Amino acid sequence: MNFKNPEFEIVRNKDKCISCGACARQCSYEAHIIDPDTGELKAEDMNCVACHRCVVICPTRAITIKKHEMTYRENANWTAAYINQINRQADTGGVLLSGMGNPQPYPIYWDRMLLNASQVTNPSIDPLREPMETRTFIGAKPEKIELDAKGRLITRMPPNVELQMPIMFSAMSFGSISLNAQKSLAAAAKACGTLFNTGEGGLHSDLFQYADNAVVQVASGRFGVHKDYLDKSRIIEIKIGQGAKPGIGGHLPGVKIDEEVSRTRMIPLGADAISPAPHHDIYSIEDLRQLIYSLKEATEYQKPVAVKIAAVHNSAAIASGIARAGADIIVLDGFRGGTGAAPTRIRDNVGIPIELALAAVDERLRSESLRNRVSLVAAGSFRNSADIFKAIAIGADAVYIASSALIALGCHMCQQCHTGKCNWGIATQRADLVKRLNPEIMAERAANLLKAWNHEIKEMLGGMGINAIDSLRGNRLMLRGVGLNEKELSILGIKHAGE
Amino acid sequence: MVQTKEGQIRIPSGCAIAAIMDKRGRTFTGDDIIKSIALMHDRSNGLGGGFAAYGIYPEYRECFAFHVFYDSEAAKAATEEFLNAHYDIQMCGVIPTTPTKGIGKSPKIWRYFATPNRIKLDAFAYAEEEYTAQCVIKINDHIDGAYVFSSGKNMGAFKAVGYPEDVGEYYMLPSYKAYLWTAHGRFPTNTPGWWGGAHPFTLLDWSIVHNGEISSYDANRRYVEMFGYKCSLQTDTEVITYLFDLLVRKHGLSLETAATVLAAPDWDVIDKLCDVDKQRLTALRATYSGALVNGPFSVILGFNGGLVALNDRLKLRALMAAEDKDKYYFASEESAIRVVCPNPDRVWSVGGGEPVVLKIKGVSV
Repeated sequence: MNFKNPEFEIVRNKDKCISCGACARQCSYEAHIIDPDTGELKAEDMNCVACHRCVVICPTRAITIKKHEMTYRENANWTAAYINQINRQADTGGVLLSGMGNPQPYPIYWDRMLLNASQVTNPSIDPLREPMETRTFIGAKPEKIELDAKGRLITRMPPNVELQMPIMFSAMSFGSISLNAQKSLAAAAKACGTLFNTGEGGLHSDLFQYADNAVVQVASGRFGVHKDYLDKSRIIEIKIGQGAKPGIGGHLPGVKIDEEVSRTRMIPLGADAISPAPHHDIYSIEDLRQLIYSLKEATEYQKPVAVKIAAVHNSAAIASGIARAGADIIVLDGFRGGTGAAPTRIRDNVGIPIELALAAVDERLRSESLRNRVSLVAAGSFRNSADIFKAIAIGADAVYIASSALIALGCHMCQQCHTGKCNWGIATQRADLVKRLNPEIMAERAANLLKAWNHEIKEMLGGMGINAIDSLRGNRLMLRGVGLNEKELSILGIKHAGE
Repeated sequence: MVQTKEGQIRIPSGCAIAAIMDKRGRTFTGDDIIKSIALMHDRSNGLGGGFAAYGIYPEYRECFAFHVFYDSEAAKAATEEFLNAHYDIQMCGVIPTTPTKGIGKSPKIWRYFATPNRIKLDAFAYAEEEYTAQCVIKINDHIDGAYVFSSGKNMGAFKAVGYPEDVGEYYMLPSYKAYLWTAHGRFPTNTPGWWGGAHPFTLLDWSIVHNGEISSYDANRRYVEMFGYKCSLQTDTEVITYLFDLLVRKHGLSLETAATVLAAPDWDVIDKLCDVDKQRLTALRATYSGALVNGPFSVILGFNGGLVALNDRLKLRALMAAEDKDKYYFASEESAIRVVCPNPDRVWSVGGGEPVVLKIKGVSV
């Protein structure tokens, strides 16, 4: 007996259904089944995750997925979600796992900040008529520039990466997502003059052609890290933590370690890929410095080294330490950031919102006169261009996006990444599912998203009389809070609307 | 209602600016600059006017000339105690003024010619300019009711709440002789009525008159504040002055390069340049992105021995220039040039992001 209740109900319109069986063939969760005796299409609501693959694939649009009406007695404390989770754990004795970012209704500060626009005293600028610049350089900057008498550079510029827009694709490893999904993002990054990130899954040889657009990660498992891997990149990123699961490592089950993943990660076929919670060679900030410089030495100081941390309570002080340890870029990942798999309790309860962490880190780095020397990249659920715009106004140089990029590739946010059954061919290694994702078409969709957002950023810049993203960065006067208390305003470093 | 003044609130303002400079550094009276700025009466609203004059104190050319507003005797006593502790005052007195219609209740206005106290200066690791800059910031931040509004050598700012032509008359500027005059008429979109808030804004011998409202203000403010500046007035003029001071005095860039940082060329332009120029400008833009000034502005930066006239990179504010025999003229409107120089040899519009840097040979202080 199973004590759980279904979350969704599959409604099939018999008038429209032509019994083609596509839904049953496509559903990896086996929510649609063909009755072996009658040949009739049936639905198993219990298995439905609301990924909408069937809805989209159905040639007659005969399928609707509804929230199941089956209900528990109303109780503000004992919600259906908690009751179902307890039943799952009572069944298995296991830790609850989840995919994608924190779905709980914590405050989303992007939605509590409003932007400024020019009126009368200075003109707004039309991006269709005037140059509107979103080019961004990430990497360490010198304190000052020295020139000789002829105007030639004396200062040796540290390695910097030129981005045509302040948006990059965040870390998603081969293993957590499919090779086709990675190819799509890599090609989109190349088309848009920005970067994608390998995550800690190594760099598959099919992606070597995108080396100029790659951020390669060095994480606690050190999967796939070798000289060639480091060389085939623009930026090397040391991953200390991830917003969705601060403080813990990762576990890619052996069943997902097929031949390709095994070769790319440089681990045995079918072996569990376990990333330890800490790097076992980094137990302190001075250890981090050694790893940063080892990587710089290994790549002859030709590439910026980034350090990525999850946004936690003490981020500001940690970020200051990272800057002093020699990192060229600091990446801050907020608690709404996505994941291929994380323990549900960790995902839903650990870490802090990126808005607050970013504001605190930017302010701390400025008060210590470090901010002009390092780049600051924010991550952790950017849903649209306005979220990104606000992050830059608070103080980010650029942002990482991942969940939104996957939505462009077909993700319907069913949060089942950890099951490896992704019907959209994204978070899966099953060959029959992976081939559903056409990298050429999806690269175009991902590139379209970047272009659209960059265009919207230009519109917003022009509206406030700014024609270069440089002048938005850290320009907190362009933001006003709505419905925020004094403490929140002071941490964000912004005024309230009407002030 | 209690009025808020600069520093307590950010007040954007429109304006008129003008400048006249003698190419060979010969001095002339303030009559023409008053006439020029007076023509643009309608670009101000009576809430602030001011002038900067270079070469006016040749007899004290070695001394820092402090011009100070005092709201009270106590503020004056505290400031003089501070100055006496840090400087040897060679000469001091009230700045002469004449009762003028249109100029209301004034603060006490004093000036001091002073050289840094040797012992104190030697104990300080930096040059006397930095010593003085820090002393001025200290007085302005910490002594309530005292405001140093001019602190350079052989130059001075004169400003008040009122129309600029009245301010010129009030300070009797026709009796001073300078080789470079700049002027400012203010149109703030608020009513502060504080003398210290009038322009030009100065730091050491830098003086800035500015017309516009920059949209990059907070990005620029937060950038310069990393280098120890404190934007206590919250005005565009203040932050632009600090940017120039940082880039030129502290980082050793030329005025031309500093101007290129503030009003940087577009990437489209940079991409087409030869390698040396491209490398330089890319490094400057990437490194000094926080110093890029955005939105409409026209500024005239005065200093001992010259000036820089600069327009924003989109040319969103007017700034006209003219050259005639021995003199250069600048003004927000061409008519304000022609009223004192009817037929200049050459008149042109200062290009967007194309700084005009003029230095007088042989003149430093």
